[in-house]
Formats: sequence, C-alpha cells, structure tokens
Amino acid sequence: MNRFPLWKYLLICAVLLISVIYTLPNFYGEVPAVQVSPTRSAIKADATLMQQVEDELKAAHITYSYAFLDGNSVKVKLANTDIQLKAKDALQARFRDGYSVALNLLSASPDWLTAIGAKPMFLGLDLRGGVHFLLQVDMQAALDKAAERYTGDIRSQLREQKIHYASISRDHQTVIIHFSDAATRELANQFINKNFADLVLTENDANNDYTLTAALRAEVQKRTQDNAILQNITTLRNRVNELGVAEPIIQQQGTDRVVVQLPGVQDTAKAKEILGRTATLEVRLVDETHDITAALQGQVPFDDELYTERGGMPILVKKTVSLTGDYITDASPGFDQQSGQAAVHINLDSRGARIFRDVTRENVGKRMAILLVEKGKAEVITAPVIREEIGGGRVQITGMDSTQEASDVALLLRAGALAAPMDIVEERTVGPSMGADNIQKGFHSNLWGFVAVAVFMIFYYRIFGIFSTLALTANGLFLIALLSMMQATLTLPGLAGIALTLGMAIDANVLINERIREELRNGNSPQAAIHAGYDRAWGTILDSNITTFIAGIALFWLGSGPVRGFAVVLCLGILTSMFSAVTISRALVNLSYGRRVRLAKVSI
Amino acid sequence: MEFFRIKHDIPFMRYGKLTTAISLITFLFAVWALAHKGLNLGVDFTGGTVIEVEYNQPAHIDQIRETLTKTGLPEVTVQTFGTTKDVLIRLPVHKDTTSAKTSDTVMAALKAQDPTVILKRVDFVGPQVGKELYDNGALALVVVAGGILLYLAIRFEWRFALAAIIANIHDVVIILGCFAFFQWEFTLTVLAGVLAVLGYSVNESVVVFDRIRENLRKMRKSTIPDIIDNAITTTMSRTIITHGMTQMMVLSMLFFGGEALHNFALALTIGILFGIYSSVLVASPLLLMFGVKREHFIKDNKPKADVSADGAQV
Repeated sequence: MNRFPLWKYLLICAVLLISVIYTLPNFYGEVPAVQVSPTRSAIKADATLMQQVEDELKAAHITYSYAFLDGNSVKVKLANTDIQLKAKDALQARFRDGYSVALNLLSASPDWLTAIGAKPMFLGLDLRGGVHFLLQVDMQAALDKAAERYTGDIRSQLREQKIHYASISRDHQTVIIHFSDAATRELANQFINKNFADLVLTENDANNDYTLTAALRAEVQKRTQDNAILQNITTLRNRVNELGVAEPIIQQQGTDRVVVQLPGVQDTAKAKEILGRTATLEVRLVDETHDITAALQGQVPFDDELYTERGGMPILVKKTVSLTGDYITDASPGFDQQSGQAAVHINLDSRGARIFRDVTRENVGKRMAILLVEKGKAEVITAPVIREEIGGGRVQITGMDSTQEASDVALLLRAGALAAPMDIVEERTVGPSMGADNIQKGFHSNLWGFVAVAVFMIFYYRIFGIFSTLALTANGLFLIALLSMMQATLTLPGLAGIALTLGMAIDANVLINERIREELRNGNSPQAAIHAGYDRAWGTILDSNITTFIAGIALFWLGSGPVRGFAVVLCLGILTSMFSAVTISRALVNLSYGRRVRLAKVSI
Repeated sequence: MEFFRIKHDIPFMRYGKLTTAISLITFLFAVWALAHKGLNLGVDFTGGTVIEVEYNQPAHIDQIRETLTKTGLPEVTVQTFGTTKDVLIRLPVHKDTTSAKTSDTVMAALKAQDPTVILKRVDFVGPQVGKELYDNGALALVVVAGGILLYLAIRFEWRFALAAIIANIHDVVIILGCFAFFQWEFTLTVLAGVLAVLGYSVNESVVVFDRIRENLRKMRKSTIPDIIDNAITTTMSRTIITHGMTQMMVLSMLFFGGEALHNFALALTIGILFGIYSSVLVASPLLLMFGVKREHFIKDNKPKADVSADGAQV
C-alpha cells in the first residue's frame, strides 16, 4: 500500500540532484571579469568574436580562466582585478569601433556549472545596489517630429513634381498646404494620395484660400509611437553600453515607458546626464537675404531663427530642417585632410544621401548651417559655404573646438538620437552596503524562522516531523534552484516571499500529519492511516494552494518592480511546496515504513 | 505529543451570533479608521522623494532640517530610521521640479554640512506613477477577490464562495483599518502582504469547507450546525499549528528582517490572527446563514437514479 515503484525514487533523486546543481552557484562568490559586447545591432557576438577575444588575450599574455558567450556578449573570467584591468585595456585597444568593453563581476562558480547554464539567482537592485530609472516618453513630441518630416518630404516632392503651392506649414501633428487654385490642389491631392499612403487628406476652402490638410492615419500614429519607444530603447542601450555598465536592464514598460536599471552605478547625477543626453544633427540653410542687424534688434523674420556661431557671429538660420540626424548611420571622429582641424565624419543612409545631394545641388554658393541639437537646444557648429554638390552620403563636419569635442559629438551621434524626449518619472538608488545589508537580514529572517519551524515540527510530530522538515528543506532547495534557473529577479519582498512560502508550505505537511493522526484515532491500521492521510489531504492541499496561487498571479499581473518579484516567488513556492510536501515526505515515509508488513506503531 | 485532544465537538455555531457581532464591530471600527484617518500612504503611492542617508556618528536631525529648509525645501520631514545614524528624509512632490533633480540638491546640501554622509537609498516617484500603482493595487485586490470567488464557486458552491470571500475581505479591511488607525506607513510591499493575506486566509476557510463538504456526505444523520462544529473541531489542531508555523516565520521577519520588512511582517501578523478568527467564526456562521444544505453536494446522485428508474439508461 505504501510503496513507491523504483522509478518514483529515481525521479525524486534526479530532481534533487538537478536542484542541488542549480542551487550551487549561489554559494560561490564573484570573480572579476571583462565583457565585450557589440554596440550596433548589425554585429552579433558569436564564436568568431570569442575566438578573436581569446587570441587577443593570448597575444597580450593575459591568463584567463574561462571565456564564454552569454547572450549578445563575450565574457571572460579573470583571476584578480589587476589582470582584469590589463585585459580590459588590451581588449579595448583591439575592439574599438562598434564594441564596448566593460568591467564586470561574474559568478565564481566552477566553469562546468557556468557551461551548463547554472547561474546564481539574479538579484534585484535592492539586494545589490545600483540605480533604477523609469522614463516616460513624450509621444506627442514623437508625432510632432513625424509630421515635421512629412512636411519636408511633401515640400521637396511637390517641388520635384512642379506642383506649385503657396505655402506649406506644420500645425502640431498636421501638415497644412495652401494653394492658389482648386485645380493645383486637386493635382497635389492625387499625387500625395498616391505617394504618401500614411496620410489622410482633407480639403478646405475659405475665400480664395485652397488648403489641403494632411494628418497621420491612426494606425500610423500607433506605429510611429511604437517605433519611437523602440528607437529610444536602442539609443539608451547604446549610451549605457558606451558607459560600460555591466548587465544593465533596459526594457519597455507599458506603452510609453522605459525602465533602466544600472547595477553598481552609484553616481546618479552622472547616470542621469548620460541617459538624458539627446543629441542630433540638423542641417538647415542659412538665410542670407534678410538683414542680420534688424534681426539682432528683435525683428527675426517669421521663417528664421537667430543663432550665434562658434566664432561669436550672429547668424540667421531657416526654421525648415533640410536633413535630420535620423538619416545618420555612422559617425566617427577624425581630421580634416586639408586644414588638419578636428572633424567628425558622418555617413548617411541612401535616403539621407539623396536629400543631402539635392540640398547641396540646389544651393551651391549659399551657406549651410549644421546644428547640434541637444536637450531641445540647438547650437550652430559650423556654417560652411556649399561649394559643390555633395553626393555619396559621406559628410565631413569641421568647426569643433578640439579632438575631444569631435569624439564627443561623434559618440553622441553614433549612439543615436532619441525619437522623442523622455522624462524621469521614477528614480530609485540603493547603495551597495545597503544591498548587502538587506541580503543578510533577509537571509537571517529565513534561517531563524526555518530553525524554529523545524524544531517545533520534530518536537510535535517526531519521525513524521523529521520527514516534514526534510520535505521543507527540499522545498527551499527547489525554490532556489528554480529561481536560479529562471533567472527571475530576486528582490527584498522576494526574500520575504521565500520566508512566507516556507511558512505556508509546512501547512501541507501539517494537514497530512494531522489527518494521519485522525485516521489512527479512528482505529485504522498504521499503513491504512498513512495511505488515507496522504490521500485525503491532497484534495485540501490542492484547493487551498490554488486560491493562494490566484492571488500570486494577480500580483504578478498587476504588480510592478519588487512586488512582481514577490509574486514570482509566491507562485513558484506554491508549486514546489505542493510537490515536496506530497512527494518527498511520502517517499521518506514509504521508504521507512512501507516495507514493514506488520506495522504496529508509527511515530507521529 | 499532541496539544489538542478534543473529545467533543465545540459548539461554535451556537456562538455564531456573538462572534459575527464581534467581527462586525471590529469591521466597522476598521472602516471608521479608514474613513476618518485614512491610510498613511508611502511615497510609492503619493509620489515624492525619500532619501535615506547614513552618518558616521549620531545625526543631528535639527541641523539637517535647518540646512534643507535653507536650501529651499521647506516641506521636508527628517527622522531617524532604525538607528540614530540612519536618517530618512521625505519630500513631497513639487509642481515646479518634475525631474529627479531634488535628490541631487539634497545630497549636495547635506555633503556641504557634513562630508561623511553616505547616500544609502533614493526613491523618487512621480505622482502619475504613484496614482497608477494605487489604481493597480486596488484592481489587484478586486481581481484576487473575484478569482477566488469564482474558483470556490466552481469547486464548492456559491454559498461557500460568498462566505469565504466575505470573511477574507473582512480580514483585509481590518488590516487596512489597523494601518490607518496606527498611521503605519502603507507601502507597495505592505500591499503585497495584504494581497498575500487574501490568498492565505482563504486557505483557512477552504480547509474547513473541505471538511464540511466531506462531513455532509459522511454524517448523514447530523444537523448542519453539528456538521460545521465537527469540521471546525477536527481541523482545529491543524489550524493552530499551521498558523503557528507561518507566524514563526513572520515573527522572524519582524525581528530580523530590518526596517524594510517591518510593516510587511506587521500586515501578515494581523492577517494571520484574523485569518484564524474569520475562517472559524465568520465564514462558517455565514455559511449557515446562507442556508447550506446537504442536497447541494449529493444532488448528483438523484438525476442518475431517476434516469435508471425510467429504464431509459443503465
């Protein structure tokens, strides 16, 4: 009656073994490491990159213990921080463009554990220190920007088609084109309808003013917003990568928010500055027809903006943007061949290259201003005279103060522009000492609680109490192994969740043990009592756990941050406790009592 | 050994009116505390900034307050946190400074006063995020209650589901009432605790209900109150021990978990105490009041008997 077939024991042994293996990494400390990861999505970390890294380290006579591919980066474990710094320098010299080389800490668990993917639990910021930001993307600005781009496109296309319009302007998210007669408008309407599928057009007549209003379709607005948040995430990732932060978390939350977590970073001011940096280039034409002195007195022409050049000269620049930084594919610092000045070399994509060629061709002999727009403020870097048509999409910008500035500008441009501005709506910082403190306290509360429970169980239920305690130990083991395997983020409430689930897990064993006692009281034979005890308690265990599980699911669904961590632990804990309370303790009972045919007494 | 060797069933149901009256009074008191004092919501929900700093030596709270007021942060509250060296600074949301610059300003001012100060933690939460958390928290409570109601209605019967959920919401309201009455800080972690209690305390009711259902089938001759009394009495020992175990874990958290887990453990403690009370002395009398009958669980046999009597089916 109370015997398990051999396969059940084997299964339990296998589960226990796997759990022990996957729990192991949590007991080793951390070793210094260096990680090399590509910063551009076009490059992937693969075996070739790993080979290159290993070759480079060998060439530099740096001994490393283990190199492996982890996600989209190559990580190398090193013996100490001295070697770590040397390795970083060597690798940085080799992998300059398109890669970031960062210092990191990796689990000190043996290499074979790392090789089978056994990693320590992923600790939340409240347990290891670092900064957390929640950024809100300004979607209206993203839509404004899209409308701005269409304004430019429609203008150049209509001009190309020789469809004469009176004026074209953007009002918030709509583009308004004015015509002098209805026939031209009809022509333009047909043309735009055919070539700009993303726009909805409406015609409007008001005493001799024929206008065409173009607005983005609803689905295109949605797509624009989705793209905006994706681009912002990519940009943030690039910026964080350039910082060299190990294992940052950058992910979307909801429709318009981004979470950024930088473990190990303590300097919030610095982190905020890097994250908040928005830089993009704008190419605009210089207005040389209007009087600059009048503008200086406050009469800035309607279509123009007044700026000051690097040299201190005032300059009138048209509001119309000919080309934006969106078309930039790469930027690198360098020097001007002729003058030897610091310069930034920019590559444009095909569309950008075409626009740039058109603009330069149409404006030979005029001046073109290149503006660096950072945090909504524009600055004219340089305003050279266009000498000839520039094709091919390779542009060189001079006018930088120093080589340092050239490389800063290049970095900002390369890291990309944000599709829409972002605001910090939530910021959390936890010092590393506090993180360690939290872990220690959480661990102690778990430990003492466990000891108290174990002592009582053994005291109250004797042998069955020992079985229950062993089952509870196995439960803790399973839970930690699962958390390590899933790499779910463990937070302080999560640690509390472990304590709570351990406390609750014993409920199943209490239910079983009480039931067995009851059956014994009713006069059943020990074997039958054990059998009936486990059998009858199972239904109750299932019902009562599922209700808690429902609570856990809702917490996970609606919770955020640390609460989510708690929910994960709660749900996993319920699953493991159901398994361990019934299977592990039953296996132990069967092993010790099941074989005895004439069992007169059980210790419960 | 055994603590509870109860020979005769305790007539819990006879005291049903008294116990429901007691819990009604507690419940109304909790509602009054909530309405009158309101929850002392943490920065998670209200938005604002919380900064935790550590000094080398016992901190001078007055000095810190003065420095910050001079810096132009008049609505600041400063208090020690745990030890005399740890200081907690709270700032409400300002309309004009939407960015998270506040923390930098505060730290700069404190550093100027005493360079040994160490920043341990900064939480800045925008009011919008706080409001969302609040809404989501309320929604989570409703979803959990609804989910449990549905599950119990399917597994047992709607009377059981209703009795259990009323008993459990009673627990949750009492926890919230305690937090309101004592003005303990209600944070996101406490909310997680409250939701866990909702799931946990329903456990209790389920265990008793399970036994009632079993007794309904087994004890054919007994009256419903006797059946319920027997169910509660037989599960009594388990109830006390299980709660004792969980409470041990929670106490361990209360004593060793530090400030961060203090209120969480407090919420759970109240939840556990009232969880026992409500499952035994609220849910079961309610069940009786709703008029639970034996037929609700053994009706399955009847149609079958009818069918075979007709001879239409074997």
